[in-house]
Amino acid sequence: MSQLAIQTVGLNHHFGSQAVVRDLSLQVPKGSIYGFLGPNGAGKTTTIKILLNLLQSPADTVFVFGKELNHNRIACLAKMGSLVEQPAIYGHLTGLENLRNRCILLGINKGKADEMLTLVGLKEAANKKAGKYSLGMKQRLGIALALIGDPELLLLDEPTNGLDPNGIIEIRNLMIKLVTEYGKTILVSSHLLAEIERTATHVGIINKGQLLFQGTINELHDLSKPSIKIEVDNKDLALDLLKANGSEIFSEKGGVINVAYKSKADMGQLNTLLIQNGLTVYSIGTEKKDLEHLFLDITSKN
Amino acid sequence: MRSLYISFISEFYKSRKTLAFWSAILLPLSICLIIALGFILKYDNLVKYPPQMLWFYFIYPIAGIMGSLLLPILVIYNTYAITNMEYKGDTWKSLFSLPLPKLSIYSSKFIYIIFLTFLTMFLFAIFIIMAGHGIELFRPQLKFSGFNPTEIIFRSFTKMFLSSIGIISLQFLMNLLWNDFLKPFGLGFLMTIFASIAANMNWKYAIYIPQAFPSLTVMNIMNSKKGIEFAIFDQAIAHSLICGLVVFVAGYFILLKRNIK
Repeated sequence: MSQLAIQTVGLNHHFGSQAVVRDLSLQVPKGSIYGFLGPNGAGKTTTIKILLNLLQSPADTVFVFGKELNHNRIACLAKMGSLVEQPAIYGHLTGLENLRNRCILLGINKGKADEMLTLVGLKEAANKKAGKYSLGMKQRLGIALALIGDPELLLLDEPTNGLDPNGIIEIRNLMIKLVTEYGKTILVSSHLLAEIERTATHVGIINKGQLLFQGTINELHDLSKPSIKIEVDNKDLALDLLKANGSEIFSEKGGVINVAYKSKADMGQLNTLLIQNGLTVYSIGTEKKDLEHLFLDITSKN
Repeated sequence: MRSLYISFISEFYKSRKTLAFWSAILLPLSICLIIALGFILKYDNLVKYPPQMLWFYFIYPIAGIMGSLLLPILVIYNTYAITNMEYKGDTWKSLFSLPLPKLSIYSSKFIYIIFLTFLTMFLFAIFIIMAGHGIELFRPQLKFSGFNPTEIIFRSFTKMFLSSIGIISLQFLMNLLWNDFLKPFGLGFLMTIFASIAANMNWKYAIYIPQAFPSLTVMNIMNSKKGIEFAIFDQAIAHSLICGLVVFVAGYFILLKRNIK
């Protein structure tokens, strides 16, 4: 039994002569929230569409819960719920009718539609035409449509688009609840890095169709080199002293200097060096790059 | 089979509040009411005719415009409206990412458009009969009840319905290929005008133009002996059904090869 909810093996996809996905080997573990990060046009939506068999893929390149997608399309799709790009809804139907229509197509009890409306906070707008919904409401309806079949795997393409801060927090909490309490697996794409950092257990970073990093969120953080941030009263003298000491200077801005971190002992020695030479050290401590800077570093490499 | 059934039910559920669905009901109703009103107001000109001729005069304007323009345009509009529902909401991608066979999704839409056309034709037949007898209630001088037209009316509208299958398949394919109003609608409309002229001029190749099948069918009915002795299956109907089947199968294979964007 595969421990991976999604696996792609050297996946490629072209739009005409343009390669949009190149040699992509995703590995999404079961029970994870997999943050699929990348700038606009990186190939995230194309990859999600391939995973849903909306775009053609070569045989033996995409596996969902261990099953090859092209030969087991219906069995694979039966385990998936999705929200791709903007929510796909019928504007002339109400929110409730949109969900009931999905119940018809999935062969499930129509009562589930009311349950989903309550879950995503649209109960009051149940009988309003979906075309008149705000962007945030449409997004919530799209999430309800993805969830209504109780799928094991959710593919959410930028699900917090158009949501207000409260809505973003609700969706974030909902994703965590679905994984921790109901054992679902979620692949969520985003370019909102902070969003991914708060929810994802695993991360894949894609740019120009290539997967540049894949691993746990901790493995991603481990990639960042820590630095020592020093704030002093005389920056120029401090720089001379640090250079003479052989420290690697990363940056200097205002009264703040960033130097390479080696060890705690080294940091203590630097502090002593500065104080012994008559400088006042306002603050000294380690600093790690946040995910946003890491992401920029990684995506700038290709 | 179950997936085809639920896809079909979903098509009905989605479209039941749209103009496409209601036009299938309101078009025959309004046309029959308008003609009936004309009969009631201008009854003195019609009193002299025997029952069979009264029925003929009631059906003739409907069948005439139906063959040359109304049926093809109705089919073109219905096909556009049913497929456009998916383009408008960008819902093709959600439909095809459901655990349903692509054939069921494709077929259910095609069958639903055929169903809407059938419904229109069936209601035309029903409303014509009801209108004839209704007119007699207001104007007893017009003896519609003196002739039973049920069989001839149902046979005529069955024939017209069958003649539309070829156009439905072509329009359906065009609407699947183009997310556009102008191309399938404009092309369909131009072909209808051209085909109608070709059929009326008895151009020998008109029998190969799907948009000409309704015109040819109506002409066959009108030219039959006493206007009642005609076979349901003739060359135009056979061509319509063959066209429908071939384009339907070709459309499915085109769909299988296409990416859903």
